[in-house]
Amino acid sequence: MTETPLETPIETFPIHKDRDTSGQARKLPPHRIVLILIGLALVASAIFFMRWDWLPNYGDLILQGLWRTIWILVVTVIIGFLLAVPLGLAQAAGPAVLAVPARVFCTVIRGTPLLLQLWLLYYGLGSLFPQYPWIRGSDLWPYLRQAWPYAVLALSLSYAGYEGEVMRGAFAGVPKGQLESARAFGMPRFTIFRRIWLPQAIHRALPTLAGEAVLQLKSTPLVATITVVDLYSVASRVRQDTYITYEPLLLLAAGYLVITGIIVFLFRRLEKLIPSRLG
Amino acid sequence: MADASIAPAAIAGMFDLLSPNPPGWGGNLLRGLANSLQIAVGAFGMGLLIGTVGAYGKLYGGPLVRDIAAIYTTIVRAVPELVLILLLYYAGTDMINRMLEGLGYQRVDISGLVAGIVVLGFVQGAYATEVLRGAIKSIPQGEIEAARAYGMPPALMMRRITLPAMLPHALPGLANLWLISTKDTALLAVVGFSELTLVTRQAAGTTKAYFLFFIAAGILYLAITLFSNLILGKVEQWARRGMPSVKEAR
Repeated sequence: MTETPLETPIETFPIHKDRDTSGQARKLPPHRIVLILIGLALVASAIFFMRWDWLPNYGDLILQGLWRTIWILVVTVIIGFLLAVPLGLAQAAGPAVLAVPARVFCTVIRGTPLLLQLWLLYYGLGSLFPQYPWIRGSDLWPYLRQAWPYAVLALSLSYAGYEGEVMRGAFAGVPKGQLESARAFGMPRFTIFRRIWLPQAIHRALPTLAGEAVLQLKSTPLVATITVVDLYSVASRVRQDTYITYEPLLLLAAGYLVITGIIVFLFRRLEKLIPSRLG
Repeated sequence: MADASIAPAAIAGMFDLLSPNPPGWGGNLLRGLANSLQIAVGAFGMGLLIGTVGAYGKLYGGPLVRDIAAIYTTIVRAVPELVLILLLYYAGTDMINRMLEGLGYQRVDISGLVAGIVVLGFVQGAYATEVLRGAIKSIPQGEIEAARAYGMPPALMMRRITLPAMLPHALPGLANLWLISTKDTALLAVVGFSELTLVTRQAAGTTKAYFLFFIAAGILYLAITLFSNLILGKVEQWARRGMPSVKEAR
Protein backbone atom coordinates (compact mmCIF):
# COMPACT_ATOMS: atom_id res chain seq x y z
CA MET A 1 0.00 0.00 0.00
CA THR A 2 1.37 3.39 -0.90
CA GLU A 3 1.17 5.68 2.08
CA THR A 4 0.72 9.29 1.08
CA PRO A 5 0.75 11.30 4.27
CA LEU A 6 -0.74 14.44 2.82
CA GLU A 7 -0.98 16.29 6.02
CA THR A 8 -1.39 14.44 9.23
CA PRO A 9 -3.83 16.16 11.55
CA ILE A 10 -2.08 18.02 14.29
CA GLU A 11 -3.19 17.82 17.85
CA THR A 12 -3.93 21.40 18.70
CA PHE A 13 -4.27 20.58 22.33
CA PRO A 14 -2.38 17.46 23.35
CA ILE A 15 -4.58 16.90 26.35
CA HIS A 16 -2.88 13.63 27.18
CA LYS A 17 0.62 14.86 27.42
CA ASP A 18 0.67 17.37 30.21
CA ARG A 19 -0.71 15.26 32.98
CA ASP A 20 1.64 16.52 35.60
CA THR A 21 -0.64 16.44 38.60
CA SER A 22 1.65 14.69 41.02
CA GLY A 23 0.34 17.20 43.50
CA GLN A 24 3.58 17.88 45.30
CA ALA A 25 3.80 21.60 44.52
CA ARG A 26 0.41 23.24 44.79
CA LYS A 27 1.80 26.63 45.80
CA LEU A 28 2.13 29.25 43.09
CA PRO A 29 5.74 30.10 42.40
CA PRO A 30 6.48 33.84 42.76
CA HIS A 31 7.16 34.51 39.08
CA ARG A 32 3.75 33.13 38.22
CA ILE A 33 2.08 35.45 40.73
CA VAL A 34 3.86 38.35 39.03
CA LEU A 35 2.69 37.12 35.62
CA ILE A 36 -0.90 36.86 36.85
CA LEU A 37 -0.69 40.37 38.30
CA ILE A 38 0.65 41.71 35.01
CA GLY A 39 -2.17 39.93 33.21
CA LEU A 40 -4.77 41.43 35.54
CA ALA A 41 -3.20 44.85 35.13
CA LEU A 42 -3.40 44.50 31.35
CA VAL A 43 -7.05 43.49 31.54
CA ALA A 44 -7.82 46.34 33.93
CA SER A 45 -6.07 48.91 31.75
CA ALA A 46 -7.92 47.52 28.75
CA ILE A 47 -11.19 48.01 30.60
CA PHE A 48 -10.40 51.53 31.81
CA PHE A 49 -8.44 53.04 28.96
CA MET A 50 -10.16 51.54 25.94
CA ARG A 51 -13.59 52.40 24.64
CA TRP A 52 -16.35 50.02 25.59
CA ASP A 53 -19.33 52.37 25.31
CA TRP A 54 -20.43 50.61 22.13
CA LEU A 55 -20.89 47.34 23.98
CA PRO A 56 -24.50 47.81 25.25
CA ASN A 57 -25.71 48.72 21.75
CA TYR A 58 -24.39 45.51 20.30
CA GLY A 59 -25.18 43.14 23.18
CA ASP A 60 -28.03 41.39 21.35
CA LEU A 61 -26.06 41.10 18.16
CA ILE A 62 -23.09 39.59 20.02
CA LEU A 63 -25.28 36.97 21.67
CA GLN A 64 -26.89 36.20 18.32
CA GLY A 65 -23.46 35.86 16.69
CA LEU A 66 -22.19 33.68 19.52
CA TRP A 67 -25.20 31.42 19.15
CA ARG A 68 -24.72 31.22 15.37
CA THR A 69 -21.02 30.36 15.77
CA ILE A 70 -21.71 27.59 18.28
CA TRP A 71 -24.61 26.29 16.23
CA ILE A 72 -22.51 26.09 13.06
CA LEU A 73 -19.65 24.48 14.97
CA VAL A 74 -21.81 21.76 16.53
CA VAL A 75 -23.81 20.99 13.38
CA THR A 76 -20.80 20.81 11.09
CA VAL A 77 -18.78 18.70 13.53
CA ILE A 78 -21.63 16.20 13.80
CA ILE A 79 -22.37 16.05 10.05
CA GLY A 80 -18.67 15.97 9.26
CA PHE A 81 -18.04 13.14 11.69
CA LEU A 82 -20.95 11.13 10.29
CA LEU A 83 -19.43 11.54 6.83
CA ALA A 84 -15.95 10.78 8.10
CA VAL A 85 -16.82 7.33 9.43
CA PRO A 86 -17.69 5.85 6.01
CA LEU A 87 -14.79 7.79 4.44
CA GLY A 88 -12.33 6.34 6.93
CA LEU A 89 -13.79 2.86 6.70
CA ALA A 90 -13.68 2.90 2.90
CA GLN A 91 -10.03 3.87 2.97
CA ALA A 92 -9.04 1.45 5.70
CA ALA A 93 -10.89 -1.66 4.61
CA GLY A 94 -13.06 -0.93 1.57
CA PRO A 95 -12.63 -2.22 -1.97
CA ALA A 96 -10.70 -0.03 -4.41
CA VAL A 97 -13.94 1.24 -5.95
CA LEU A 98 -14.77 2.96 -2.67
CA ALA A 99 -11.26 3.52 -1.32
CA VAL A 100 -9.97 5.51 -4.28
CA PRO A 101 -12.82 8.07 -4.41
CA ALA A 102 -12.63 8.46 -0.63
CA ARG A 103 -8.90 9.08 -0.79
CA VAL A 104 -9.31 11.54 -3.67
CA PHE A 105 -11.99 13.41 -1.72
CA CYS A 106 -9.78 13.67 1.36
CA THR A 107 -6.78 14.76 -0.72
CA VAL A 108 -8.71 17.48 -2.51
CA ILE A 109 -10.31 18.82 0.66
CA ARG A 110 -7.05 18.85 2.56
CA GLY A 111 -5.03 20.20 -0.34
CA THR A 112 -7.05 23.37 -0.94
CA PRO A 113 -7.80 26.28 1.39
CA LEU A 114 -11.17 26.23 3.11
CA LEU A 115 -11.80 29.81 2.06
CA LEU A 116 -11.55 28.74 -1.58
CA GLN A 117 -13.93 25.81 -1.03
CA LEU A 118 -16.39 28.10 0.69
CA TRP A 119 -16.32 30.66 -2.09
CA LEU A 120 -16.53 27.95 -4.76
CA LEU A 121 -19.71 26.58 -3.20
CA TYR A 122 -21.29 29.92 -2.38
CA TYR A 123 -20.50 31.90 -5.51
CA GLY A 124 -20.31 28.89 -7.84
CA LEU A 125 -23.44 27.01 -6.84
CA GLY A 126 -25.13 30.27 -5.94
CA SER A 127 -24.69 31.52 -9.49
CA LEU A 128 -25.62 28.17 -11.03
CA PHE A 129 -28.86 27.41 -9.18
CA PRO A 130 -30.96 30.39 -10.32
CA GLN A 131 -30.49 29.29 -13.94
CA TYR A 132 -32.69 26.24 -13.41
CA PRO A 133 -36.40 26.95 -13.12
CA TRP A 134 -37.15 23.69 -11.32
CA ILE A 135 -34.74 24.59 -8.52
CA ARG A 136 -36.25 28.04 -8.22
CA GLY A 137 -39.68 26.45 -8.06
CA SER A 138 -38.79 23.83 -5.46
CA ASP A 139 -39.52 24.07 -1.76
CA LEU A 140 -35.82 24.25 -0.96
CA TRP A 141 -35.34 27.52 -2.81
CA PRO A 142 -35.98 29.82 0.16
CA TYR A 143 -33.11 28.06 1.93
CA LEU A 144 -30.81 27.92 -1.08
CA ARG A 145 -31.08 31.69 -1.42
CA GLN A 146 -29.55 32.19 2.01
CA ALA A 147 -25.87 31.91 2.80
CA TRP A 148 -25.86 29.56 5.77
CA PRO A 149 -26.60 26.29 3.90
CA TYR A 150 -23.44 26.84 1.87
CA ALA A 151 -21.46 27.62 5.02
CA VAL A 152 -22.70 24.45 6.72
CA LEU A 153 -22.02 22.37 3.60
CA ALA A 154 -18.48 23.69 3.11
CA LEU A 155 -17.50 23.37 6.78
CA SER A 156 -19.01 19.87 7.05
CA LEU A 157 -17.19 18.65 3.95
CA SER A 158 -13.95 20.17 5.21
CA TYR A 159 -14.29 18.51 8.61
CA ALA A 160 -15.19 15.22 6.91
CA GLY A 161 -12.08 15.44 4.74
CA TYR A 162 -9.70 15.97 7.64
CA GLU A 163 -11.52 13.58 9.93
CA GLY A 164 -11.79 10.87 7.27
CA GLU A 165 -8.04 10.65 7.32
CA VAL A 166 -7.99 10.45 11.12
CA MET A 167 -10.65 7.75 11.12
CA ARG A 168 -8.73 5.79 8.48
CA GLY A 169 -5.78 5.60 10.85
CA ALA A 170 -8.04 4.83 13.79
CA PHE A 171 -9.83 2.00 11.99
CA ALA A 172 -6.55 0.56 10.78
CA GLY A 173 -5.10 0.83 14.28
CA VAL A 174 -7.63 -1.41 16.00
CA PRO A 175 -5.79 -4.69 16.73
CA LYS A 176 -6.63 -7.42 14.23
CA GLY A 177 -7.09 -9.94 17.05
CA GLN A 178 -10.12 -8.01 18.34
CA LEU A 179 -11.91 -8.33 15.01
CA GLU A 180 -10.85 -11.95 14.56
CA SER A 181 -12.12 -13.00 17.95
CA ALA A 182 -15.42 -11.22 17.28
CA ARG A 183 -15.68 -13.14 14.04
CA ALA A 184 -14.80 -16.36 15.90
CA PHE A 185 -17.77 -15.68 18.19
CA GLY A 186 -19.94 -15.73 15.09
CA MET A 187 -20.84 -12.05 15.30
CA PRO A 188 -22.50 -10.69 12.16
CA ARG A 189 -20.40 -8.16 10.29
CA PHE A 190 -22.50 -5.15 11.18
CA THR A 191 -22.51 -6.10 14.85
CA ILE A 192 -18.72 -6.39 14.77
CA PHE A 193 -18.58 -2.91 13.33
CA ARG A 194 -21.05 -1.47 15.81
CA ARG A 195 -19.80 -3.18 18.95
CA ILE A 196 -16.08 -3.70 18.42
CA TRP A 197 -14.58 -1.77 15.56
CA LEU A 198 -16.26 1.64 15.73
CA PRO A 199 -16.05 2.15 19.52
CA GLN A 200 -12.37 1.26 19.63
CA ALA A 201 -11.61 3.42 16.62
CA ILE A 202 -13.43 6.40 18.14
CA HIS A 203 -11.58 5.94 21.40
CA ARG A 204 -8.28 6.02 19.54
CA ALA A 205 -9.27 9.08 17.56
CA LEU A 206 -10.72 11.05 20.49
CA PRO A 207 -7.65 13.17 21.36
CA THR A 208 -7.24 14.10 17.71
CA LEU A 209 -10.97 14.74 17.42
CA ALA A 210 -10.68 17.29 20.22
CA GLY A 211 -7.87 19.06 18.39
CA GLU A 212 -9.83 18.98 15.16
CA ALA A 213 -12.90 20.42 16.86
CA VAL A 214 -10.77 23.36 18.01
CA LEU A 215 -9.45 23.77 14.46
CA GLN A 216 -13.05 23.70 13.22
CA LEU A 217 -13.97 26.46 15.68
CA LYS A 218 -11.09 28.47 14.31
CA SER A 219 -12.40 28.06 10.77
CA THR A 220 -15.91 29.26 11.59
CA PRO A 221 -15.07 32.98 11.21
CA LEU A 222 -14.53 32.33 7.49
CA VAL A 223 -18.30 32.09 7.04
CA ALA A 224 -18.46 35.82 7.72
CA THR A 225 -16.96 36.33 4.26
CA ILE A 226 -20.15 34.94 2.71
CA THR A 227 -22.44 37.18 4.77
CA VAL A 228 -23.34 34.72 7.53
CA VAL A 229 -23.65 36.74 10.73
CA ASP A 230 -21.47 34.92 13.25
CA LEU A 231 -19.46 36.15 16.24
CA TYR A 232 -16.63 37.36 14.04
CA SER A 233 -18.83 39.35 11.70
CA VAL A 234 -20.26 41.26 14.67
CA ALA A 235 -16.76 42.57 15.36
CA SER A 236 -16.32 43.77 11.80
CA ARG A 237 -19.78 45.33 11.95
CA VAL A 238 -18.76 47.29 15.05
CA ARG A 239 -15.60 48.38 13.27
CA GLN A 240 -17.55 49.62 10.27
CA ASP A 241 -20.16 51.42 12.35
CA THR A 242 -17.98 53.08 14.97
CA TYR A 243 -14.40 53.00 13.59
CA ILE A 244 -13.31 51.23 16.77
CA THR A 245 -10.81 48.59 15.69
CA TYR A 246 -9.03 46.93 18.57
CA GLU A 247 -11.65 46.58 21.27
CA PRO A 248 -14.06 44.32 19.35
CA LEU A 249 -11.18 42.20 18.06
CA LEU A 250 -9.73 41.75 21.55
CA LEU A 251 -13.13 40.82 22.90
CA LEU A 252 -13.50 38.40 20.01
CA ALA A 253 -10.14 36.77 20.74
CA ALA A 254 -11.13 36.38 24.38
CA GLY A 255 -14.44 34.85 23.31
CA TYR A 256 -12.74 32.28 21.12
CA LEU A 257 -10.28 31.47 23.91
CA VAL A 258 -13.18 30.73 26.23
CA ILE A 259 -14.96 28.54 23.66
CA THR A 260 -11.72 26.64 23.03
CA GLY A 261 -11.36 26.06 26.76
CA ILE A 262 -14.91 24.70 26.88
CA ILE A 263 -14.28 22.33 23.94
CA VAL A 264 -11.09 20.97 25.50
CA PHE A 265 -12.89 20.55 28.83
CA LEU A 266 -15.85 18.72 27.24
CA PHE A 267 -13.63 16.33 25.31
CA ARG A 268 -11.62 15.60 28.45
CA ARG A 269 -14.86 14.71 30.22
CA LEU A 270 -15.88 12.55 27.28
CA GLU A 271 -12.59 10.71 27.41
CA LYS A 272 -12.94 10.04 31.11
CA LEU A 273 -16.23 8.27 30.39
CA ILE A 274 -14.36 5.59 28.50
CA PRO A 275 -12.48 3.20 30.76
CA SER A 276 -8.91 2.74 29.61
CA ARG A 277 -5.84 1.06 30.94
CA LEU A 278 -2.38 2.37 30.27
CA GLY A 279 -0.12 -0.54 29.35
CA MET B 1 -30.37 18.51 -17.02
CA ALA B 2 -27.32 20.27 -18.40
CA ASP B 3 -27.84 22.96 -20.96
CA ALA B 4 -27.08 22.02 -24.53
CA SER B 5 -25.35 25.37 -24.86
CA ILE B 6 -22.44 24.26 -22.65
CA ALA B 7 -20.68 22.77 -25.63
CA PRO B 8 -17.53 23.32 -27.73
CA ALA B 9 -17.96 27.09 -27.80
CA ALA B 10 -17.99 27.22 -24.01
CA ILE B 11 -14.89 25.08 -23.79
CA ALA B 12 -13.03 27.34 -26.20
CA GLY B 13 -14.22 30.31 -24.14
CA MET B 14 -12.83 28.62 -21.04
CA PHE B 15 -9.35 28.58 -22.44
CA ASP B 16 -9.68 32.20 -23.55
CA LEU B 17 -10.58 33.17 -19.99
CA LEU B 18 -7.62 31.27 -18.55
CA SER B 19 -5.07 32.42 -21.14
CA PRO B 20 -2.10 34.27 -19.63
CA ASN B 21 -2.45 37.29 -21.94
CA PRO B 22 -4.52 40.31 -20.87
CA PRO B 23 -8.01 39.38 -22.10
CA GLY B 24 -7.60 36.14 -20.15
CA TRP B 25 -7.01 36.05 -16.40
CA GLY B 26 -4.35 33.32 -16.35
CA GLY B 27 -1.49 35.79 -15.86
CA ASN B 28 -3.22 37.39 -12.87
CA LEU B 29 -3.79 33.98 -11.32
CA LEU B 30 -0.13 33.07 -11.72
CA ARG B 31 0.97 36.40 -10.20
CA GLY B 32 -1.37 35.69 -7.29
CA LEU B 33 0.16 32.25 -6.96
CA ALA B 34 3.66 33.76 -6.88
CA ASN B 35 2.55 36.16 -4.12
CA SER B 36 1.02 33.31 -2.15
CA LEU B 37 4.19 31.24 -2.44
CA GLN B 38 6.40 34.14 -1.35
CA ILE B 39 4.31 34.65 1.75
CA ALA B 40 4.16 30.93 2.49
CA VAL B 41 7.94 30.56 2.25
CA GLY B 42 8.58 33.68 4.32
CA ALA B 43 6.05 32.77 6.97
CA PHE B 44 7.34 29.22 7.22
CA GLY B 45 10.92 30.43 7.59
CA MET B 46 9.97 32.95 10.24
CA GLY B 47 7.90 30.31 11.98
CA LEU B 48 10.94 28.02 12.07
CA LEU B 49 13.05 30.75 13.65
CA ILE B 50 10.44 31.58 16.29
CA GLY B 51 9.82 27.88 16.79
CA THR B 52 13.47 27.10 17.44
CA VAL B 53 13.77 29.92 19.96
CA GLY B 54 10.44 28.95 21.52
CA ALA B 55 11.31 25.27 21.77
CA TYR B 56 14.64 26.04 23.44
CA GLY B 57 12.86 28.46 25.76
CA LYS B 58 10.25 25.89 26.67
CA LEU B 59 12.80 23.14 27.30
CA TYR B 60 15.83 24.88 28.78
CA GLY B 61 14.57 28.35 29.73
CA GLY B 62 13.97 29.55 33.27
CA PRO B 63 10.49 29.35 34.78
CA LEU B 64 9.56 32.82 33.54
CA VAL B 65 10.64 32.15 29.94
CA ARG B 66 8.82 28.83 30.02
CA ASP B 67 5.57 30.43 31.17
CA ILE B 68 5.77 33.18 28.58
CA ALA B 69 6.34 30.61 25.84
CA ALA B 70 3.38 28.61 27.11
CA ILE B 71 1.14 31.70 27.07
CA TYR B 72 2.24 32.50 23.51
CA THR B 73 1.57 29.02 22.14
CA THR B 74 -1.73 28.60 23.98
CA ILE B 75 -3.22 31.91 22.89
CA VAL B 76 -2.06 31.71 19.29
CA ARG B 77 -3.34 28.17 18.91
CA ALA B 78 -6.74 28.93 20.47
CA VAL B 79 -7.65 32.13 18.63
CA PRO B 80 -8.71 31.88 14.97
CA GLU B 81 -5.99 32.82 12.49
CA LEU B 82 -8.35 35.28 10.85
CA VAL B 83 -8.78 37.24 14.09
CA LEU B 84 -5.04 37.17 14.78
CA ILE B 85 -4.32 38.35 11.26
CA LEU B 86 -6.70 41.29 11.57
CA LEU B 87 -5.47 42.15 15.06
CA LEU B 88 -1.78 41.98 14.20
CA TYR B 89 -2.24 43.54 10.78
CA TYR B 90 -4.03 46.62 12.06
CA ALA B 91 -2.33 46.87 15.42
CA GLY B 92 1.11 46.09 14.01
CA THR B 93 1.09 48.66 11.22
CA ASP B 94 -0.53 51.21 13.49
CA MET B 95 2.01 50.72 16.26
CA ILE B 96 5.00 50.95 13.94
CA ASN B 97 3.66 54.15 12.43
CA ARG B 98 3.01 55.67 15.84
CA MET B 99 6.50 54.74 16.92
CA LEU B 100 7.97 56.31 13.80
CA GLU B 101 5.94 59.47 14.33
CA GLY B 102 7.00 59.58 17.94
CA LEU B 103 10.62 59.42 16.86
CA GLY B 104 9.99 62.18 14.34
CA TYR B 105 10.06 60.11 11.16
CA GLN B 106 7.56 59.98 8.33
CA ARG B 107 4.74 57.44 8.34
CA VAL B 108 5.54 54.45 6.17
CA ASP B 109 3.24 52.25 4.16
CA ILE B 110 3.97 48.73 5.28
CA SER B 111 3.65 46.48 2.26
CA GLY B 112 1.08 43.74 2.38
CA LEU B 113 3.79 41.22 1.63
CA VAL B 114 5.89 42.03 4.69
CA ALA B 115 2.87 42.34 6.97
CA GLY B 116 1.51 39.03 5.72
CA ILE B 117 4.81 37.25 6.27
CA VAL B 118 5.21 38.64 9.77
CA VAL B 119 1.64 37.88 10.81
CA LEU B 120 1.51 34.34 9.43
CA GLY B 121 5.04 33.70 10.71
CA PHE B 122 3.93 34.68 14.20
CA VAL B 123 1.07 32.16 13.97
CA GLN B 124 3.30 29.46 12.48
CA GLY B 125 5.85 30.04 15.22
CA ALA B 126 3.45 28.81 17.88
CA TYR B 127 2.85 25.52 16.09
CA ALA B 128 6.54 25.15 15.18
CA THR B 129 7.46 25.61 18.85
CA GLU B 130 5.38 22.58 19.77
CA VAL B 131 6.67 20.48 16.86
CA LEU B 132 10.33 21.24 17.59
CA ARG B 133 9.91 20.81 21.34
CA GLY B 134 8.50 17.34 20.78
CA ALA B 135 11.27 16.50 18.32
CA ILE B 136 14.04 17.62 20.69
CA LYS B 137 12.48 15.60 23.47
CA SER B 138 12.47 12.46 21.34
CA ILE B 139 16.23 12.55 20.76
CA PRO B 140 17.95 9.99 23.01
CA GLN B 141 18.94 12.37 25.79
CA GLY B 142 22.26 10.56 26.30
CA GLU B 143 23.50 12.15 23.08
CA ILE B 144 22.94 15.64 24.46
CA GLU B 145 24.45 14.75 27.81
CA ALA B 146 27.48 13.26 26.09
CA ALA B 147 27.97 16.45 24.09
CA ARG B 148 27.70 18.48 27.28
CA ALA B 149 30.18 16.17 29.00
CA TYR B 150 32.65 16.89 26.21
CA GLY B 151 32.37 20.55 27.10
CA MET B 152 30.73 21.55 23.82
CA PRO B 153 29.51 25.16 23.84
CA PRO B 154 25.70 25.38 23.50
CA ALA B 155 25.72 26.91 19.99
CA LEU B 156 28.02 24.19 18.66
CA MET B 157 25.96 21.51 20.38
CA MET B 158 22.82 22.87 18.78
CA ARG B 159 24.43 22.90 15.33
CA ARG B 160 26.19 19.55 15.54
CA ILE B 161 24.01 17.41 17.77
CA THR B 162 20.53 18.70 18.57
CA LEU B 163 19.36 20.04 15.22
CA PRO B 164 20.58 17.12 13.05
CA ALA B 165 19.37 14.51 15.52
CA MET B 166 15.91 16.02 15.90
CA LEU B 167 15.38 16.59 12.16
CA PRO B 168 13.87 13.17 11.35
CA HIS B 169 11.46 13.49 14.28
CA ALA B 170 10.50 17.04 13.37
CA LEU B 171 10.06 16.59 9.62
CA PRO B 172 6.52 15.14 9.56
CA GLY B 173 5.27 17.95 11.76
CA LEU B 174 7.17 20.57 9.81
CA ALA B 175 5.86 19.20 6.51
CA ASN B 176 2.41 19.59 7.98
CA LEU B 177 3.16 23.19 8.94
CA TRP B 178 4.43 24.01 5.46
CA LEU B 179 1.18 22.74 3.94
CA ILE B 180 -0.84 24.75 6.47
CA SER B 181 1.23 27.81 5.67
CA THR B 182 0.52 27.50 1.92
CA LYS B 183 -3.20 27.30 2.65
CA ASP B 184 -3.25 30.00 5.34
CA THR B 185 -2.05 32.53 2.78
CA ALA B 186 -5.63 32.42 1.48
CA LEU B 187 -6.72 34.17 4.69
CA LEU B 188 -4.81 37.28 3.65
CA ALA B 189 -7.50 37.71 0.99
CA VAL B 190 -9.68 39.02 3.80
CA VAL B 191 -7.32 41.93 4.52
CA GLY B 192 -7.16 42.69 0.81
CA PHE B 193 -3.75 41.33 -0.10
CA SER B 194 -3.91 40.14 -3.71
CA GLU B 195 -2.83 36.55 -3.33
CA LEU B 196 -4.25 33.66 -5.32
CA THR B 197 -7.67 33.39 -3.66
CA LEU B 198 -8.48 37.10 -3.84
CA VAL B 199 -7.30 37.36 -7.45
CA THR B 200 -9.45 34.35 -8.27
CA ARG B 201 -12.47 35.97 -6.71
CA GLN B 202 -11.87 39.16 -8.66
CA ALA B 203 -11.52 37.21 -11.89
CA ALA B 204 -14.61 35.15 -11.14
CA GLY B 205 -16.64 38.20 -10.17
CA THR B 206 -15.69 40.11 -13.31
CA THR B 207 -16.30 37.29 -15.77
CA LYS B 208 -19.10 35.51 -13.86
CA ALA B 209 -17.30 32.21 -14.55
CA TYR B 210 -17.24 31.30 -10.86
CA PHE B 211 -16.76 27.56 -11.18
CA LEU B 212 -14.03 27.82 -13.77
CA PHE B 213 -11.80 30.16 -11.78
CA PHE B 214 -12.33 28.66 -8.34
CA ILE B 215 -11.62 25.18 -9.68
CA ALA B 216 -8.55 26.46 -11.53
CA ALA B 217 -7.25 28.01 -8.30
CA GLY B 218 -8.07 24.79 -6.45
CA ILE B 219 -5.98 22.85 -8.93
CA LEU B 220 -3.08 25.26 -8.41
CA TYR B 221 -3.25 24.85 -4.62
CA LEU B 222 -3.55 21.10 -4.97
CA ALA B 223 -0.55 21.04 -7.29
CA ILE B 224 1.53 22.89 -4.67
CA THR B 225 0.44 20.43 -2.02
CA LEU B 226 1.13 17.32 -4.06
CA PHE B 227 4.46 18.64 -5.33
CA SER B 228 5.49 19.56 -1.76
CA ASN B 229 4.56 16.08 -0.60
CA LEU B 230 6.84 14.59 -3.23
CA ILE B 231 9.79 16.77 -2.18
CA LEU B 232 9.11 16.42 1.55
CA GLY B 233 8.95 12.63 1.20
CA LYS B 234 12.39 12.66 -0.40
CA VAL B 235 13.78 15.00 2.29
CA GLU B 236 12.39 12.80 5.02
CA GLN B 237 13.92 9.73 3.42
CA TRP B 238 17.25 11.54 3.38
CA ALA B 239 16.93 12.71 6.99
CA ARG B 240 16.01 9.23 8.17
CA ARG B 241 18.87 7.53 6.35
CA GLY B 242 20.42 4.83 8.45
CA MET B 243 17.42 4.69 10.79
CA PRO B 244 15.13 1.66 10.93
CA SER B 245 12.09 2.07 8.69
CA VAL B 246 8.82 3.03 10.32
CA LYS B 247 6.92 0.35 8.47
CA GLU B 248 9.10 -2.49 9.74
CA ALA B 249 8.80 -1.30 13.29
CA ARG B 250 5.02 -1.61 13.22
